[in-house]
Amino acid sequence: MKNVRPILYAWFALLTLLALTIGASFAPLGPVLPFVSYAIAIAKTVLIIWLFMEMKTRDGLQRIALGVGFAWLFILLLLSFADILTRGWLGA
Amino acid sequence: MPDARAVQPQFPTLERQNDADHFGMLLFLSTEVLIFGGVFAVAFTLRAEHADYAQASKQMHYWIGGINTGVLLTSSALVALMVEAVRAGRAKLAGWLLGGTIALGLVFLALKFTEYALEYRDGVVPILSDANLHGGVERLFMDLYFVATGLHALHVTVGLCLLGSLLWPFGRARRERTAVFAGNAALYWHLVDIVWVFLYPTLYLAR
Repeated sequence: MKNVRPILYAWFALLTLLALTIGASFAPLGPVLPFVSYAIAIAKTVLIIWLFMEMKTRDGLQRIALGVGFAWLFILLLLSFADILTRGWLGA
Repeated sequence: MPDARAVQPQFPTLERQNDADHFGMLLFLSTEVLIFGGVFAVAFTLRAEHADYAQASKQMHYWIGGINTGVLLTSSALVALMVEAVRAGRAKLAGWLLGGTIALGLVFLALKFTEYALEYRDGVVPILSDANLHGGVERLFMDLYFVATGLHALHVTVGLCLLGSLLWPFGRARRERTAVFAGNAALYWHLVDIVWVFLYPTLYLAR
């Protein structure tokens, strides 16, 4: 049971980030809110993947196996938003 | 299934077999990322296209979602400790940690369905109880909400069955110190947790 302490620290950090994300949603952040929300969600995900899913100690091939899902997701979102994000760049 | 101690004929060593088991699970989880990725792509598009998205999100019971996030994060920590216990040869402790994880998973589902009941009462459930749904973006949002949380609840149920199988009928998997089966079940549960970590701000906290 040598990895108990990192798991408990990660759990505490995750609950702190949860409190932070709820608090941030009530702050007057306006259009910045989604960026704050998803930055916190990504931080939580990194903690879960690195410590709970043990990617910290897995070899490169296993990290790639999990990483490809996120890589394809990034392409999906990039192409989905290629239209919306670039509207108006060339004028009306 | 899931006697990892026996080397199957296609693998030269047990270590290779264990690696392949983990590798296969991680590839499967990658495909799960893409299943939910489609749902998130829809949510992001809806939010980018319609300013009313935030109005619809404000009607959610964000505190139930918040408690449920805490419940899932805690269950994930317990399941990570369970894998550590299996590796340390403490099968009984692993059993208790699994019990705690499953209990929290059931709490999650109970809260989720309580929330569905509240939404039914509020009249914001498409088709079944839509007296207070005003169409347009609000309707699209609730459609998305039920597809996303329903698909997630289905995954929670599958995860609970997987973790439950480590109590029965595959209780002996808790005695395998390589923790191949226990580790793979834990990986699945963590992914279910990650999906919720993104669903929560997407559906409940858009203001």
